[in-house]
Order: sequence, then C-alpha cells, then structure tokens
Amino acid sequence: MNFRKILALITIILLGIFILQAFLIIPEKGEIALNNFGKADIENRTAQLYIDKSVNSTNEQVIYKESKDKESGSANIVTSIVANYRALDTLGEVTVLFLAATGLSAILYNKKHAKSNFILKEDSFILKNGIKILFPLLILAGSYIIIYGHLSPGGSFQGGAVIATAFLLKLLSSKEYELDENILKIIEVTAGVSFVSIGLYGLYAEGSFLTNFLETGTIANLFSGGIVPIIYITIGLKVAVELTNIINDLMKA
Amino acid sequence: MIDFLEKWSFFGGSVLLILIGLYGVITRKNLIKIFIGLSLMDTGINVLLVSLGYVEGGIAPIITSTINNNSYNFVDPIPQALVLTSIVIGVAVLALGLGVIIKIYEKYNTLDISEIRGLRW
Amino acid sequence: MTLLYSLLILLMLISGIAALIFDKLVNSIISAGMVSLIAAFLFYFLRAPDVAMAEAAIGTGLSTAIFIITLYKTEGRGN
Repeated sequence: MNFRKILALITIILLGIFILQAFLIIPEKGEIALNNFGKADIENRTAQLYIDKSVNSTNEQVIYKESKDKESGSANIVTSIVANYRALDTLGEVTVLFLAATGLSAILYNKKHAKSNFILKEDSFILKNGIKILFPLLILAGSYIIIYGHLSPGGSFQGGAVIATAFLLKLLSSKEYELDENILKIIEVTAGVSFVSIGLYGLYAEGSFLTNFLETGTIANLFSGGIVPIIYITIGLKVAVELTNIINDLMKA
Repeated sequence: MIDFLEKWSFFGGSVLLILIGLYGVITRKNLIKIFIGLSLMDTGINVLLVSLGYVEGGIAPIITSTINNNSYNFVDPIPQALVLTSIVIGVAVLALGLGVIIKIYEKYNTLDISEIRGLRW
Repeated sequence: MTLLYSLLILLMLISGIAALIFDKLVNSIISAGMVSLIAAFLFYFLRAPDVAMAEAAIGTGLSTAIFIITLYKTEGRGN
C-alpha cells in the first residue's frame, strides 16, 4: 500500500459516490429518471418519432412489406438513425476514424519499408491452407452484413470489421503477402468522396445536407430506403479499408 | 434479492467496471496495462448507455415478418446508434495510442512509466 | 434470466480485475478480450443485436489482435 494506491482508492470511492447519488435522485416532474432500469419512457422520447418514421410528416402505422414512401424506408430503425436521421454524426465519426488512421501512419512511418516480420518464424501449413478456404468466406460474410444492413441486424461497421479480420488472417498466414497501399488509398478516397457528394446532391435537390432524395419504396424490400443502403455501402468500404490499413501499419512498424 | 438484482445489476455492474478501469489507469506502471484499463472504461460506458434505453419486455427495434408493424414495444434505438459509432472510434483511438507506445519503446527501450523521463509522477 | 445475467456481470467484473492484476501481459490481454465478449452477450440481452455484433467483431476480435501485435513489437517487456 503505497501513496499512489491510497490516492487511487480515495479517487474511485469519491467518484463512485458521485455517480451513485446521480442514480439515487428522485426525479421531479419533467426530469429524466436514472434509477428505474427497464422503464424507459419511449413515448415521450425522440425515439418514438424515429420508430414511427414521422419526424416531418403525420403519424401513420408502418406495416411490414406494405407501407410505401415513408421518410426512411429501412426496416432496421438503428440503421435509419445512423445513415439517415443522424448521418451528419456518422460523417464526423468517419472523419475521426480517418484522422486516427492517418496519424498512425504518420507516427509509424518508416523509410526502410521493413517487411512484415510478425510472429511466425516459418509458414505454418494449417494456418496457410485453412486461411485459403476461410478468406473468401469471410469476405462474403462481411459483404452480406454490409448489404443487408438496412433489413437485418448488422451494417457497415460490423461488416467492415469482418473484412478487416479477413485481411488480418491473410497477413498472418504468409510473410510474402503484401497489400498494395495505393489501391487501398484509392478505394478509401472514392468512398469518402461519394459519401460527401451524396450529401451535397441532397443539399442541391431538396435543400438540406444528406436528405433522402430517392424514392424510399416499400419497407423491408432489398431495394428500399432511398439513399440509406448506398451510404451504408460507402461507409462499409471506408471502415474496412481503414481498419485494414491500421493493422497493416502496426504489423510493419 | 431478485428484485434488487434486476434493478441494479446492469447499472451497478457497468459503473463498477468504469471504476475498475480508472483504478488500473492510475495505479499500473506498464503502459500496455494502462491502455487495457482505458479499454475497460470504454466497455463499461457503452454498457451503461445501452442499458439506459432498455424497456422491460421490449424487443429489438427491427421490423420483421413476425414483428410486422410499429405498435410493438421497441427498446430505445438512439443509444444503440450512438454506441455503435463509439465502439469503432474506440478501436481506432486505441490503435493510435498503441502506435505511440511502439515508438516510445523504440526510444527508451522500456515500457515502465517510472523509468521514462516525462511520464514519471 | 435475472440470475443468469447477474452471474455474467459478476464474471465480467472478475475478468476486469484479473486483467489488471495478472503478471504476464498475454494473460491480461486475453482477460480484457473476455470482458468484451461478455459485454457482447449483455448487449444481446438488452435487445441491441447491432451493438452486440459490433462489440463481438471489433472489441473481441480486432482490439485483442492489435494489443497482441503491440506486445510482440515491444518484446513483452514490463512487469
């Protein structure tokens, strides 16, 4: 028990009491209660508007495979928030991801271009041949998760992470395998530019940035949701390429 | 007992995980352990945010062929959307920090913060 | 059901403490991955399948891999 541990204990006990008393406050009228788990008041939250898809229009029922031309046609409500209602947040998030990947490249920049000298002394037979089978399946699974992101759980972030994991396994499996960084850069720049230009076209056509300017179609069809699937595919490419780039940089450091 | 657990296990557990991570960040001396503490805090905050939107007997906010309209009792989708982006940012920032750790190791040849000039306290 | 997820939360806290007190860094990295895996289960119980998938793919898979790559690059030094 030295001085540092005593100080740490005092700090976390004080912080714990501080957080706990925020949970114990009994709310007055109009305030949000933190102490009742499982009784979130969805009716009076903004979430109800997103669930009804009635932020700008009147409240009608949304019915599976029947409702047409709703504001945001995607059946997965989380997707319609990420890629349509709050797409500006997602643009900022993708910018943070881009800055982190660029910063990592700048920190680890190495003139000698050292080869990937990771863990394996010599190529392992099982790893090498297993990954030959697994790699296309992982790419397929990642693409499915991205493309069906507006209908089922999943989406660009999850699918992008699966694709990046496939490239991680490929880099682990053999020493000779090298990613072409120019192609990665081209894919990343194209995806980012098309995301922003979809938003700018919405500004031109409908008067606000990242508006849904396409027909939204019947809910729960594959081709529905207007710009939501297109934006999700661009974000998916961007996330996949940036996570792959991060892993590649760390391995070659 | 069951009532108490049902009401407080998610809130209490996630707050305790945040505090455990903070304790690790303050007391550990190895840089990699400090970053493990940071990632524990990250996970705790994400669990806390999602549990604030939970509704008892609610269902996941996706319209499917069995849950075929919006009069069902959905859980709150907004914290889920925010946590989704937070997880991805978390791993990117973690990778940036670990890159800095690799550079620190190349310069000082150690990861113990009591031996690195400028990080000692 | 309540007992099940209370036990999972208890296990998550134990793995979190273990991640900080293990001597070998590999053990503590794997424990931190275990915390993320249990958090993915908890997100599933909270009816958040999107977040559960993200946590399982990114928190459990990619962060553990990034930590282990860093550990290899720094040759496992430290306490």
